[in-house]
Amino acid sequence: MSSLTDLTLSQAVRALRQGQVSSRELTLAYVERINRLEPALHAFLTLAPERALAQADQADRRLVSWRNDPAQPLPALLGVPIAVKDVLCVAGLPCTCGSRILENFVPPYNATAVERLLAAGVVILGKTNMDEFAMGSSTENSAFGPTHNPWDPERVPGGSSGGSAAAVAARLISAALGTDTGGSVRQPAAFCGVTGLKPSYGRVSRYGLVAYGSSLDVVGVLSRDAEDAAAIFSVMAGHDSLDATSLDLQIPEIHLQDHFDFSGLRVGIPQEYFISGIQVEVETAVRDAIRTLEILGAQVKPVSLPHTEYALPVYYLIAPAEASANLARYDGIRYGPRLSAKTLWDVFRRTRGEKFGAEVKRRIMLGTYALSAGYYDAYYGQAQKVRTLIKQDFELAFESVDVIAAPVAPSTAFRLGEHTGDPLAMYLEDVFTLPANLAGVPGLAFPVGFDRQGLPIGMQLMAPYFREELLLQVCHAYQKMTDWHTRQPGI
Amino acid sequence: MSLTLEEVEYIANLARLQLDEAEKSSFREQLSAILDYAARLQKLDTAGIPPTSSVVRSRGVLRRDEPRPGLTVEELLRNAPETEQKQFRVPPVLE
Repeated sequence: MSSLTDLTLSQAVRALRQGQVSSRELTLAYVERINRLEPALHAFLTLAPERALAQADQADRRLVSWRNDPAQPLPALLGVPIAVKDVLCVAGLPCTCGSRILENFVPPYNATAVERLLAAGVVILGKTNMDEFAMGSSTENSAFGPTHNPWDPERVPGGSSGGSAAAVAARLISAALGTDTGGSVRQPAAFCGVTGLKPSYGRVSRYGLVAYGSSLDVVGVLSRDAEDAAAIFSVMAGHDSLDATSLDLQIPEIHLQDHFDFSGLRVGIPQEYFISGIQVEVETAVRDAIRTLEILGAQVKPVSLPHTEYALPVYYLIAPAEASANLARYDGIRYGPRLSAKTLWDVFRRTRGEKFGAEVKRRIMLGTYALSAGYYDAYYGQAQKVRTLIKQDFELAFESVDVIAAPVAPSTAFRLGEHTGDPLAMYLEDVFTLPANLAGVPGLAFPVGFDRQGLPIGMQLMAPYFREELLLQVCHAYQKMTDWHTRQPGI
Repeated sequence: MSLTLEEVEYIANLARLQLDEAEKSSFREQLSAILDYAARLQKLDTAGIPPTSSVVRSRGVLRRDEPRPGLTVEELLRNAPETEQKQFRVPPVLE
């Protein structure tokens, strides 16, 4: 094998079981690669190599005893290093959410998604960089400095899960957790040329996920391919009594077939996602990928999602409104730094004014306005009604197709600083990812080509509620026929 | 539409955010532009359309009210900026 860090997560699981590699060797290989490349990328906010190596040694001991007695049950992901977006609690590691207001916060408990992965034997190597409180599309809103795109360090990795996407693309980690409120897994996956799964709303517990927009937030995965995304998703998913929105549904065991029968698969192409202004190479690559699905036997047909253009204003009223309530808890009393003042009100105002970044303050202001007396019906109330129309668009479309294929973002990765002066221009980056969050349906982004500058292009597939398995299967079969997902940045 | 400086100050106060003059002026401009963009929603006829607050069917989720292990007071206070006698310490609420 060329290098240990070239192993996908699923290959690593097999190599560990066969004794071809130890968890310590694998973890050390990633630590060495991180030491070499992290200074140029800044994908991580916290690295925990010693703690990771202790977990790795524990996994190795268990693997040795299993090889002596293969009748013992073995956790599904035993010994594989992963990273976690810094918005999910890992007990004993800082959880900053990319914000000064949680700079010194060390959660005393694990998020349920993290707990389940630890129970499945993963090694957690670190926490990844992100836009502050997951608000952003470039990771430039991190209070601790931006992450750089491994394909071109002058460019953004996307966001808000930009650290996770860059780390996976640069082979600094086998896979990483992300979260997706308006595209924060899929858009960075597209910009960094990796696979990104946003599960259905309610599929994965959000206990221990720091809340942003509670009716939209989902925990997802950034990985090298669909097989790895499936492995992590099937461990994380399922009901949790600690999250009332997590659904009590059986999680199917996912068995991806290399030779999937595409005949009978109906792929819908929404005309509203192929608008003028989209980068020509993005459209060409996505249409080529759709053509590949057609050659494999899928039936391709046009569909309409007529309220797509309203997703952006709906999202940028609903998400900030929810954020303004969720972020009220950061007041300098129970956690985070406190700026002193004579009265309690001034402690709140000074601490929040000083420690939140500009985009977070902007969204809190926007949300507070949209919820305030006299404006509630016109803004928040109307947005909730239009959200119903967007959801109905998907329900209607899925009566005639099984999956919907579309670009993830209108362009490939933009330059650092290109949109930071114009919030609305930054928001427009999310135009193709927001609808799936508003409707709650699952989405999967994966690489389908490169533009002339060598930047990855992503396509997304969306499916009806809880059909993650279908998305992963279609993507897996595509990845068996193509090699876009195996290309590596030349860093 | 254009927000006034007074409206920006009013919202900042509701949100408990202390803003400096430069922030007030840039937020006034940026929020006005975003709200202008959002105004296109007003043109849609939504008569008879129910609002969506969650895509998950809302239902009461109940469990037995039984004690189970939780975090200790020490663990919960560890992240607090100021504590006293195993409690969060805050400045006076009333003068």
